[in-house]
Amino acid sequence: MKKLINEVDNVVNEMLDGMVAACPKYVKRLPGLEVLVRAGGSNGKVALVSGGGSGHEPSHGGFVGKGMLDGAVAGAVFTSPTPDQVYEAIKAANGGKGVLLVIKNYTGDVMNFEMAADMARDEGIEVDQVVVADDVAVENSTWTTGRRGIAGTIFVHKLAGACAEAGGDLAAVKAVAEKVIANVRSMGMAIDACTVPAAGKKSFDLAEDEIEIGIGIHGEPGTHREKMSTVNGISDQLLDKILAEGIYNSGDEVCVLVNGMGGTPLMELYVANNHIKDVLAEKGIKIYKTIVGNYMTSLDMEGFSITLLKLDDEMKKLLDAPADTPAFVQF
Amino acid sequence: MSSRIYDCIAAIADVIEENKDFLTDLDREIGDADHGVNMARGFHAVKEKLPKDDPDIGAALKKTGMTLLSTVGGASGPLYGTAYMDAGKVAAGKTELTAEDFGEMLKAAIAGIQKRGKAERGEKTMLDSLIPAYETYTEKVAGGADLVTALEAACEEARKGIEFTKTIRATKGRASYLAERSIGHQDPGATSATLTLETILKFLKG
Repeated sequence: MKKLINEVDNVVNEMLDGMVAACPKYVKRLPGLEVLVRAGGSNGKVALVSGGGSGHEPSHGGFVGKGMLDGAVAGAVFTSPTPDQVYEAIKAANGGKGVLLVIKNYTGDVMNFEMAADMARDEGIEVDQVVVADDVAVENSTWTTGRRGIAGTIFVHKLAGACAEAGGDLAAVKAVAEKVIANVRSMGMAIDACTVPAAGKKSFDLAEDEIEIGIGIHGEPGTHREKMSTVNGISDQLLDKILAEGIYNSGDEVCVLVNGMGGTPLMELYVANNHIKDVLAEKGIKIYKTIVGNYMTSLDMEGFSITLLKLDDEMKKLLDAPADTPAFVQF
Repeated sequence: MSSRIYDCIAAIADVIEENKDFLTDLDREIGDADHGVNMARGFHAVKEKLPKDDPDIGAALKKTGMTLLSTVGGASGPLYGTAYMDAGKVAAGKTELTAEDFGEMLKAAIAGIQKRGKAERGEKTMLDSLIPAYETYTEKVAGGADLVTALEAACEEARKGIEFTKTIRATKGRASYLAERSIGHQDPGATSATLTLETILKFLKG
């Protein structure tokens, strides 16, 4: 394994300190904890707290700042943070108007965040939660834990964050988050797996000409494997599954997120987007805005995901609202 | 001198550490390749934080559970953390355990895991080892067996439970995303749970 790290066990710690050193204007670290909160605090507004395992950078610490998150909890690589850490994040982020937890739908994340929410409620802090489950690769049936939360989570941070910044109360902020969740779908793929530092080897093995469709963001294998093809063909396949949801129809307006998994050159993401725009145009789906880049990564995984968010006028306004965070700036 | 309960939990910690890579590799097949790493990190902390000389079994288990909760993360942290804490409540103040006590602790641990994980038997989880182990254990104790004899039979059932997890698809946890592809692989959680029971047995047998 070749990695630009020092001690395997110290990666998250050094990363967080490095982030604070790079962005002191935006974030500060709670002493002794794996938690980043807004440098200026969050007084007088509903606070948004998210988090999850590390390895998804810039998620979630990169979105702490004006118009998005108030706190982000970083677990070990690909491992949900523990309840005590989430609890401290809730306490620190709370500006007196309640806290909304944005949880990605994984067994561990949900359990740890819920335990933390219970602890915070015991202290009299108003806490509510939403669970993001945008990955269409995973069927939502009684046979699974439910769909995974992946890149669509960024839109929950952005739109619910904008609502909170504008003075929305906890119920309003939660309603926006739920609306985003109902209208956002994603699917991803990988041409090569990632390497978790502590494991030291690739999380799954692919032959030279094989790709994995329907991957999650933790190096877990996808739904199936197939032979390598063109990015247009792969994008068609991902879009087919997303469009089969029946949410996005001719005449609708969407925001497109072409998200890199960490090891994919931006060049390839733009090549993918060049085809995505054509497919959507053909279907009569209007692109209101497109975001291309690394937002919800999976360490050094080579691959990408496509996310569509259907927009109405209220959501467009929230999407366009200013945001000023380490990883997403918009005026 | 260290207490018996400290030595027993330290033995579990050592076995988890020895099997760190094995458990992680199992998790790599159907999960996210961190079960061994996370459990080893948690039990390393347990060994450091647990008072060596306190013979109170309930207190030691509670401390173990709380430490796992704050160090393991993932799904294993809340599940094992809850299991140890709930077993500890049953053993509060005790420095010796009867066969019945141990059965009640096992029962409480399983109930805690079920509540936290919202899982049932047959979903390819640690419950597929723990529940049959518990059932056999209580049967044996009801028939007059002592703790060690009953636990011996329980371990056998737990191992069968691991084999059973190979035959079914996961419907809980991250392995459920693989659908049929999870069949053929043994569940890492059932494996670590069985290792735990086996270590307790080995410890009691001296």
